[in-house]
Formats: sequence, C-alpha cells, structure tokens
Amino acid sequence: MADRAADSSANRPQDFVQIAMEIVEPITKPPRSLVAEQFDDLEQQRDAAQLGMWVFLATEVLFFGGLFLGYTVFRSAYARDFAAASHHTEVLIGGINTAVLLFSSTLMALAVRAAELQKQKRLVWFLLGTAFFGLIFMVLKGVEYHKDWTNHLVPVLNFEWHDANPGHVQIFFWLYFAMTGLHAIHVTVGIFVMLVLAMLARFGKFTTGHHTPVEIAGLYWHFVDIVWIFLFPLLYLAGHR
Amino acid sequence: MNANVATEIDIRTEGEFARDNYLSEHTVRSWLLTTDHKRIGILYLFTILFFFAIASVAAAMMRIELLHPTGGLVTSETYNKLFTIHGVLMVWFFLIPSIPTVLGNFVLPMMLGARDVAFPKLNLTSWYIFVAGGALATWSLIHGGVDTGWTFYTPYSTTYANSHVISMAAGVFVAGFSTIITGINFIVTIHRMRAPGLTWFRLPLFVWSLYATSLIMVLATPVLAITLGLISLERIWGVGIFDPKLGGDPILFQHLFWFYSHPAVYIMILPGMGVISELITCFSRKRIYGYAWVGCASMAIAILGFLVWGHHMFVSSQSVYAGMVFSVLSFLVAVPSGVKVFNWTATLRKGSIHFTTPMLYAPGFIGLFVVGGLTGLFLAALSVDVHVHDTYFVIAHFHYIMVGGMVTAFMGGLHYWWPKITGRLYPEMWGKLAALATFLGFNLTFFPLFVLGYLGQPRRYHVYPPEFQVFQVLSTAGASILGVGYVMPLIYFIWSAKRGRVAGPNPWRATGLEWQTPSPPPKHNFKQTPVVTGKPYDYSAEKDVDLDLASI
Repeated sequence: MADRAADSSANRPQDFVQIAMEIVEPITKPPRSLVAEQFDDLEQQRDAAQLGMWVFLATEVLFFGGLFLGYTVFRSAYARDFAAASHHTEVLIGGINTAVLLFSSTLMALAVRAAELQKQKRLVWFLLGTAFFGLIFMVLKGVEYHKDWTNHLVPVLNFEWHDANPGHVQIFFWLYFAMTGLHAIHVTVGIFVMLVLAMLARFGKFTTGHHTPVEIAGLYWHFVDIVWIFLFPLLYLAGHR
Repeated sequence: MNANVATEIDIRTEGEFARDNYLSEHTVRSWLLTTDHKRIGILYLFTILFFFAIASVAAAMMRIELLHPTGGLVTSETYNKLFTIHGVLMVWFFLIPSIPTVLGNFVLPMMLGARDVAFPKLNLTSWYIFVAGGALATWSLIHGGVDTGWTFYTPYSTTYANSHVISMAAGVFVAGFSTIITGINFIVTIHRMRAPGLTWFRLPLFVWSLYATSLIMVLATPVLAITLGLISLERIWGVGIFDPKLGGDPILFQHLFWFYSHPAVYIMILPGMGVISELITCFSRKRIYGYAWVGCASMAIAILGFLVWGHHMFVSSQSVYAGMVFSVLSFLVAVPSGVKVFNWTATLRKGSIHFTTPMLYAPGFIGLFVVGGLTGLFLAALSVDVHVHDTYFVIAHFHYIMVGGMVTAFMGGLHYWWPKITGRLYPEMWGKLAALATFLGFNLTFFPLFVLGYLGQPRRYHVYPPEFQVFQVLSTAGASILGVGYVMPLIYFIWSAKRGRVAGPNPWRATGLEWQTPSPPPKHNFKQTPVVTGKPYDYSAEKDVDLDLASI
C-alpha cells in the first residue's frame, strides 16, 4: 500500500477506488458458505436467482404458448365440435381443482412470508401444505382421467364418438390431454420441489434470512397456477353455458 | 482503468505465459466436473467441431454427387438423408451453439469483469444436455438417418417418412434445452454481474449482441420444443395435428416451425456481428462509429426477427395479404443490419488498419454478409420469391449469411481470442493463407448457386438438366478449396496450443477487460474486480502507438 502511494501514477481517482476495494472487500464479504463464489454478496445472488427464474418462466409461457396456439387454430376452425366436446369434460372436478390450486398458491405465499419472518416451523408446514394440495390436484386429475377413459374419450386408445365429426372432437381431446398432461408434469415437478424445500427448511436452511430458494419456488408454483387459470375456462367452460 | 500509454513494445519480451492458469489442472475429473466458464467453452468447442466434421462429410458427399447431372454416387433416398443431416447438424449442433457457447462462455464473464457466469453449475449442465441431444441425433444417424430435410415439413415427417424422425427430433428437442439454459445464464449474468462502473452503454458490443441473442434463445426455442413434441405425438399415436387426412393442418406446422426458425437464424448471426464489432475496432485502432446505434440495432434485429416468419411461407397457401405484411416487415428487419454495416465501414474510415488474420476475416464477413443480406431482400419481395422459392437461390442466400457471415466471424473471433484462451499465438502467415483460402473457396462454391437458382434448379434434387452442370462443377471445385481453408486452422491451432509464440496478456493491444488479465487467465479471471470508468474502444490513448505487427 505504501509502495502504491509512492508511485505517482497511483494518484488518479480510479486507483484510490481500487485500493479502497482491496481493503473493504474482505471485511464486508459474508461467509463463503452462503454466497456462491461467482457472486460478490447475498443481494447479488438473490437478484440473480430471481431474474433467472423470471426468464425461465418466460420460456415456459412460450412453451405452453405453442399448444395454446394449436388450440386457438383448431377451435376457430371447428367451433361447434369443440363446444360439443367441451361439454363432456368433467367441469365439477376441474372446478374443484381450480380452487385446490388457488388455495395451494395461498399457502405458498404464506410460506414465503414465513421464511421472511424466519418462522421455521410455520415455513415447513406451509411448504408441506402446498405440496399436499398439489397432490390433491394430481389425485383429482387421476380420477378425472379415469372418468375420461370410461367415457371413451381418450384419443387413439379408446376414443368413441357417435355424434357428428368425431375427427374434430378427437382433436379437442388430444389437445385437452396434451395441455393438461404437460401442466400435470409441471405440477408434479413442483410437488417434488416443495417436499425438498420442506426438508431443507426442517433442517434450518432458511432461518438465516437467506430464503431465495423458497421465493423462486414460489414464483414457479404461482406460474403453474396461472397456467391452470387459463386452461380451465378454455378447455372446460367452452361448451358449458 | 489503468490504461498505460505504452511506448513501442516488442511483443516477444512483453509476453509472459501465466503459469498458474485455468488450464493447470489436468485430470479428466477436473474437466468433466468443471464449473469454470472457460473450460466449458472449450468443452463446447470440441463438441461442435465433432458435429461440424460429420455435417461437412455429408456436404462433401452431396457436392461429389452433384458433379454429374444424373448423380451416381448415392440413391435419391440417401441424398435426402445427406442434406437432412447436413442441415440438422449444422444448424442445431454447430451454428446455434458456436459463438455463444464457445466464445461467449469464454469471454463474456471476462468482458464484464466477473469471476464466472451467474449459474456455473447450470452452465455445465447445459453442456451435458447438449451432448445428450447430440447423442440422440447421432443414434438416429447411425440407424439410417432422416430424409425429411432439416425443416421436418408435415405430413411427410409425421405420416409418410420411413426414417428415424422421432429420435432425430428428440435430439434437437434435448439440445434446445441446452440453448435455453445458456440464454438464461447470459441474460442474468449481463444484468447482474457487471463490474462497478460498467453501465449498459459502456458494454462492449459483443455483450450487446450476446444479450440480444439470448433473448431470442429463451423466447423462440420453447416453441420449437413444443413443435417437435407435436410431430412425435402425431407420428407415434396418429392424432390429427398436422396431417390433413386426420383433420390436422400442415400449415399450422409451418407457422409453428418458422416462428422459431426465423428468430433462430438471428441467433446464428447476431453473435457474429458482435465479434466483428470487436475486430473492426481493435484493428483500426478506433472507436466504433455510432456505438449506441450498433447496440440498439442488435436489439432491433432480435425484436423484429420475431415478426417475419411468414416470409418462408409465401407460396404455402397462406393469405396473400399476410404475405404482404411479412414482406414489408422483412424489409424492415434488414434496416438495423444495414445500420451495422454502415457503422463498421465508417469505423474503418481514417482508422489505422492492421491486416492481421482476424482483420482479414472481418471485411470478408462484411462483404459476404452484404451479398447474403441483399439477396435476402430479393427473396423478401413476393414477386421474386414466387420464382426462386425452393431453388438454389435460397441455398446460396443462406449460405452466404451462415458460412460467409457466421462461420467467418467465428473464425475471426477464434483467431482474435486464441492468445487469451491458450496464452499462445497461432502462426500468422498460415492464418492469413487459410483466411484467403476460405474466402476464395467460399465464393467459388456458392456464387454459382445464385445463378443456378435464378435459372430454375430446385433445391434438394440430386439430378438436374445437363445445362446446369458447369455451375455444379464450379461449386464442387470451390468446396474443395473451402475445405482446405477449414482444415488448415485445425492443424495450426492444435500445433500452436503447445508450440505457438507466447502471447502475453494483450498481444493485440486491445481495450476491453478480458485483455487486462494474464493469458491464459487464472481460474477466477481477475485478482480483484476491476472498476470501469471510461467508454469502450478507447483507442485514442494508443492511436499514435503502432501495433508492432512485425514480431507477430
């Protein structure tokens, strides 16, 4: 440091900043275990994780978007057949599932709040609750798919349609299974994530004020919920008036 | 920035090979489990070269087949498989990854003054996913390949093709996730990990181009993923999605496919443009002309590129009015590219130009990109496209952009950053010879194809009327020269990695944070995070200092 001061070229402002940083950095850096080595501090790490999750969700919008486009194209081409087909969807189960997912999202939001307040026990329960209602969703979905099966509405496998335009109605149903199926896969992944987080929370991982994984998992879960909010009216309510 | 106004320096004595660098550890485990963005860049380099080699062999076989009007080397079915594998591998397993995953991974964090990308473990995961996708595609190839063309048009690909469509589509599907992850990583890195003082408008233009590319990567690729999924769905289970006999819509496929694939071509060119901005400034010793215009042009290309996909479908039975709209928008998207070309040219003016190997590739890029871009405008005109759609004219157009543009930029960038990557210089004379060979070989290969297309030879045919033979022969001759031009760097780069002249931290005397660190760089790039106080490309302090090229 003394050498640097003696060197005449070190008297420019940028050198002082550099020198200051050399002193300050080691003192203010938090313990290594919480901050990954590519980041300077917890705040940068949290901001990066959040931005990363938002960008990922944008890709998911485009991913589902392709299927929504297909739905739009075929619905505008075969409007009446789609309405007739939609009449055979299980609106009651779908409606209950909507409530289930919305409630699970509430629990997730409460989980994030619990993490912020560093209330470990509450956090664990809310995470488990979110996973539990996700599981309820999947069970109801299974019941629903089973009903579709017994009603001979599964394309290719046992599809039977005795009214007009079975081909068009079958298109509705493969779209229905593709879109709800893709959504169900995302719900399943979400359930696993919640269970893992609940376990980590149980072992005190999120009591230090650093709870970014809970926040970004929350973002993901809310996204999955929103996709369902779009799926439900488009698929279930088209023919139910 | 401690921009030392240096006097004449002999590169030989200034050069120091940094002993403790990112390459020091030699174990296989340290490579396969690395999270160092520099090593991941090199892993990607080897992987894409592997696929480039296979795709080049396919191209060579096609060019030999096309020497004679009635073919003779391969059957029609095999020829279909050759151009399919050439397209699939070159687009998804070479060009799309090329600059972003090799040069971008290596250089981006350093340009930002960061220790690594935002998500290093995701970065490694993206490479493994890429390898998995490539393995699936190779599996498909070994078992007989695909004959649908890289465009997978329906209902041929979903109903009638007897080839391994699903495994090839699966390979591309998986590789797409590698692209998405890379895009997310770059976006977050650029937003959140810039060094103190490095504001957006102080970023090198290579960073702007990678940012725009990453936006396209994350938004367009998922659509391709779902489209490939739908092809597989229809092919496996016979549901009517794209096959009209089953109630489906083949034009829906084209819309979905091109909604991704047009932005994909901008994924393939934007990083190349970013490299050119770096090369032109360094080797004219001048600031870029109109920095903000060039940076914003990258963003404009990315955004407008999402609005023009219908220009691939002018004769597909889509509405003529839609065609008109797409045509106008396609003309519009050429404007920011034109802005860049003008600005690069203006940068050269009154610059102090040094024709190193990268600086041979750069003007080569500009010239060939102008030809490719102009012919793209010809194609965007509805009345012209009706005649030349699906002819060799289109093939010539996109090869001028992708090979004459992107591959040229990739070679230029590879030569430019080679001293940083390996700590050693490639042999300059051989570099210049290879650059010249590729330029001459490229033009001889692809210019005749414009004529062929205009005269009416359709693409994807391996038999043709005898009067076209002279052009096909010229093209094949050119391809052999082009091949030599690509094999030469392979040889001298490998040689130079061990035996090249030691380069030192900054052999080109370039600005940019990546040159302020030793070559090869240490694992964490910088001893301490640099602070940026000035604009990029500040060559004014060094304008009177000549790059001592005599010793390179």
